[in-house]
Amino acid sequence: MSSLTLIIILLAFTAFAFHLGKRRSLGVATRAGGVRKLHSLPSYYGTLTALWCGVPALIVLGLWLSFETTIITWLVVAELPPELRGLPEEELGLLLNDIKNLVSGNVVASEVDATMERAAEHYRKLQGISSAALAVVAISLATAGVGNGWRMIRPGLRARNHVERAVMAFLIISSLVAIFTTIGIVLSVLFEAIRFFGHVPFTAFMFGLEWSPQTAIREDQVGSSGAFGAVPLFAGTLLISAIAMTIAAPIGLFAAVYLAEYADARVRAVAKPLLEILAGIPTVVYGFFAALTVAPVIRNAGESMGLSVSSESALAAGFVMGLMLIPFISSLSDDVINAVPQSLREGSYGLGATKSETIRQVILPAALPGIVGGLLLAISRAIGETMIVVMAAGLTARLTANPLDAVSTVTVQIVTLLVGDQEFDSPKTLAAFALGLMLFVVTLFLNVIALHVVRKYREQYD
Amino acid sequence: MSSTTEAARPSIHLSPSVTARLARRHRAERRFRRYGIVAIGLAIFFLAMLFISICSRGYTAFVQTFVQLEIVLDAEVLDLGAERDARTLGAANYQGAVKQSLRSLFPDVKKRRDRRKLNGMISTGAAYQVREMVLANPALVGTTVEVWVPADDDIDMLMKGHIDRDLPEDERRVDDDQLAWVDHLLQLGRIEKRFNTTFFTAGDSREPELAGIWGAVVGSFFALVVTLALSFPIGVAAALYLEEFAPKNRWTDLIEVNISNLAAVPSIVFGLLGLAVFLNFFGLPRSAPLVGGLILTLMTLPTIIIASRAALKSVPPSIREAALGMGASKMQMIFHHVLPLALPGMLTGTIIGMAQALGESAPLLMIGMVAFIVDIPGGPLEPATAMPVQIYLWADSPERAFVERTSAAIMVLLAFLIAMNSFAIWLRKRFERRW
Amino acid sequence: MSADAGPGAVPAAERAAMESFVPSPATVKPAGAPPRSQDIATETAGDITVDNPRMCARGVDVFYAEKQAIVDVSLDIGQNEVLAMIGPSGCGKSTFLRCLNRMNDIIDVCRVTGRIELDGEDIYDRNVDVVQLRARVGMVFQKPNPFPKSIYDNVAYGPRIHGLASGRAELDDIVQSSLERAGLWSEVKDRLGESGTSLSGGQQQRLCIARAIAVSPEVILMDEPCSALDPIATARIEELIDELRRNYTIAIVTHSMQQAARVSQRTAYFHLGKLIEVGETNQIFTNPRHNLTEDYITGRFG
Repeated sequence: MSSLTLIIILLAFTAFAFHLGKRRSLGVATRAGGVRKLHSLPSYYGTLTALWCGVPALIVLGLWLSFETTIITWLVVAELPPELRGLPEEELGLLLNDIKNLVSGNVVASEVDATMERAAEHYRKLQGISSAALAVVAISLATAGVGNGWRMIRPGLRARNHVERAVMAFLIISSLVAIFTTIGIVLSVLFEAIRFFGHVPFTAFMFGLEWSPQTAIREDQVGSSGAFGAVPLFAGTLLISAIAMTIAAPIGLFAAVYLAEYADARVRAVAKPLLEILAGIPTVVYGFFAALTVAPVIRNAGESMGLSVSSESALAAGFVMGLMLIPFISSLSDDVINAVPQSLREGSYGLGATKSETIRQVILPAALPGIVGGLLLAISRAIGETMIVVMAAGLTARLTANPLDAVSTVTVQIVTLLVGDQEFDSPKTLAAFALGLMLFVVTLFLNVIALHVVRKYREQYD
Repeated sequence: MSSTTEAARPSIHLSPSVTARLARRHRAERRFRRYGIVAIGLAIFFLAMLFISICSRGYTAFVQTFVQLEIVLDAEVLDLGAERDARTLGAANYQGAVKQSLRSLFPDVKKRRDRRKLNGMISTGAAYQVREMVLANPALVGTTVEVWVPADDDIDMLMKGHIDRDLPEDERRVDDDQLAWVDHLLQLGRIEKRFNTTFFTAGDSREPELAGIWGAVVGSFFALVVTLALSFPIGVAAALYLEEFAPKNRWTDLIEVNISNLAAVPSIVFGLLGLAVFLNFFGLPRSAPLVGGLILTLMTLPTIIIASRAALKSVPPSIREAALGMGASKMQMIFHHVLPLALPGMLTGTIIGMAQALGESAPLLMIGMVAFIVDIPGGPLEPATAMPVQIYLWADSPERAFVERTSAAIMVLLAFLIAMNSFAIWLRKRFERRW
Repeated sequence: MSADAGPGAVPAAERAAMESFVPSPATVKPAGAPPRSQDIATETAGDITVDNPRMCARGVDVFYAEKQAIVDVSLDIGQNEVLAMIGPSGCGKSTFLRCLNRMNDIIDVCRVTGRIELDGEDIYDRNVDVVQLRARVGMVFQKPNPFPKSIYDNVAYGPRIHGLASGRAELDDIVQSSLERAGLWSEVKDRLGESGTSLSGGQQQRLCIARAIAVSPEVILMDEPCSALDPIATARIEELIDELRRNYTIAIVTHSMQQAARVSQRTAYFHLGKLIEVGETNQIFTNPRHNLTEDYITGRFG
């Protein structure tokens, strides 16, 4: 039985349980002297029965499916001949992949021998047992749940309170998802990064001036220091982010000031949605625009001036990233500027200040914390932006401050290290997680400061 | 009134020095205002440039060059014996039949090398197309059919004017012979540009003329269905708890800070999370829209929670007090009265979150939704790409014809996004309530 | 001036003569002005004119989009007098006050018709520079609104933008004398670098007055300057207003009739956007001519 059919059956069962519980409560009530004798509305009894039926079964189903593959694989490995079990982890992984392909009927990379056939057969058998067992367990749990609900229904049962408690539990668990996500990010990135630092010393990574992970595949180079120095990547990321902010900060700020203070309703009605469109464009589109339109324009312009410009220049990527950030900065600044109380504007106008004097000397200083917060968020976004640089920046890490050169960034390297064939334990793959850790830590730092500043700023004028 | 009052004296603001300064101040004012206009203008100019550059490259992908061939479905040419079952029909030599028909169109072309060049003008998809025809109607064997088959992408580019005929021969991908043949076909009326249905119905392909976005659209659809099914209930539930039930203490404060932080975590970090947890720990399949949907759920949740909380905040307290005053429990008050009123706002936030998820590509690269996948995925567990990832893949392809298809795919993606956002705006307008 | 501002009712004959000076609304209003929303008699009881006017309003109408907020108000403000404007909430007194230095220009939907003169010059004329006008007609607002800058910079803001001081020393003098006139100098002279928002509410409002004075205006408009303050701070501000009268012309909107009685020489009573009655403060409070005024000051509504 496939898991999908099982889920559908369970859901149908649950719906049935609802009706059963409702009917039962009505029956009980009639015997006790009318619906008014019930503590809660009949539908609460139905819901309670349905919860008893569906929730445990679905939880077991979810856990089962999550761990099924891991456990079966483990069992299959245990049954393999000892000489195969003794293989290094990477080769074992390849072998298992082949066995799994054999099971699902896909093309298998290596030759199929009898051991593998047997292993695959074993795998298939375990899978069959597992899914049958799951079906039996889940359905009996559901049935037991209905029985339990049936037995429990009495006029005095506080069904509504029970249901509400269950709903409350769901609400609380939902609000904890965000926490679990953060913990998951920290753990997954941290563990792999620590394994990486087992291969490459932390200082070599943080302060090394050379980044060339490709050479590290060769046996004799694994763990050799020097190839994993991330400084050129940090420098490249900073260079591109700096270019982006140079474009986005003034344009975004002036656009926000204009929209908030000068533009009449008609202009706002046109310009704001246009900026929102700019904000809604996927970054992959910006990347394509950078690589195909902006980079050639910059290169041609540079060459006509006698400069040598790389076709993957930091300038092109940074410029387009700046475009992407304009609406981000302008909408954050717009909010912040609008939060400045009208009374300050009136106070300034009442003294005979012009609009620009009011803006420069009263509004912007008052809004400064909020604007700084917004700019920090924008920087954090620029650092973490991936697609634009993957498509428009270079792959080779170079330590340079020349915006016309090609540089590589942290995110570009994460993508190139992890896309395509990967061996899970090589430092090359693990390096991506170390870079991810740096990225997470830096952006987290910026975000926490920025959000704190903005929050304090808002409280001040609320 | 007392005698200490001063007589009216001429105002200092009418003195020459102050009025002269006033003129300077007004000039500064106009300058500042101009900066603002320039900033807005630049932003709109760049937006226009982006759209123009993409649309001007992309619109030609919606048509495709086809060549009309008269194909003789002779059993001998097709290497067919007496059997006509699906298996033998499927394995027949349709390539040969296509070549044969080309040969009959250009009987003068004799040399092997030239023949190969001639055959290269027709897409390899032509044979598949004929094969589908025959499989659908085996009675066609032995007859002669007139078919429009797709031309090779180089010929397509030539027809669309992307290849300059005036360049020296060795600098263009279509040589002089092929030019002459195309002109001949043009004279015969056997080559023309037609609406490119393949683009909307096919999966990916190495051949630009056979590549379509349908596979990516379906992949995105499955991923978004998973995202919507998970993130909407969870997001609304989290918002309800934080806004209506949560006590104000350090824990809920932490959750709040955490949510707004999560909204600003780089998307690629979510990809790393997905790779480490969903693929390596739970052993979910690579390249599956299910995993993509799970990651996008985590990314979209903060957006939905923040929007839903704002929607809940905007429901006036009087409604709550009225419901509680009628003897409803807090839970009933919220689910019967507050939630329905806040729902449009929550839906608006959800749609905007979905639009963001649709445009997201970086985390999907991490979980292998970046593979070359020809088949249209049939479910959330089958390998698939997504629309933005397809755009990334095509943008990487060297063929000139893929540039046009990339741009066209972007146009389709943007159309989806604009449709979703417009719907969200409409929803907001439609249900906007002023209390 | 003193004759006019002094106590005692104006003789009826004189009043009649003055009323004839007031042009009828039809001649003042520009052609094509929209029809009035209400056509009840809008004659103001009492004498709207003074001997020595600094500002004159004639036939002023104010519209917020379609809604008319002020209906045909004509009123003079005399040199060195304090004119109080009273009336129930929403009667248009603040709106009228904000017309006097064109603060209503900030509001997009607001439209003002009629004529308002400062020293005989129409302030709504095309050639009038609003910036200059507002420097000459200063304003103090209902809620103290010091800028989030130092106390010094708050006061120096106006002189700096208008270029009233040629050097640091002169600016220091302006700041000091403005703070002295506002009665705040002794309290803040040792902490001029602190933020203006760190002061108490009453001090903040006096800082705002000092800020307005520093620009050397001719007229100061005050929009319920004490409504956000406690009684002690209110008393200080009222004393201050009385002192300021020597150098400035002051128009003050107030919610409190007692305040109007304490600080003003003339009082104008507004009701539903119309100027119902204007006259010597004593007379308004002891012997109102219009029964609406009487109802209001006797506390029957408002």
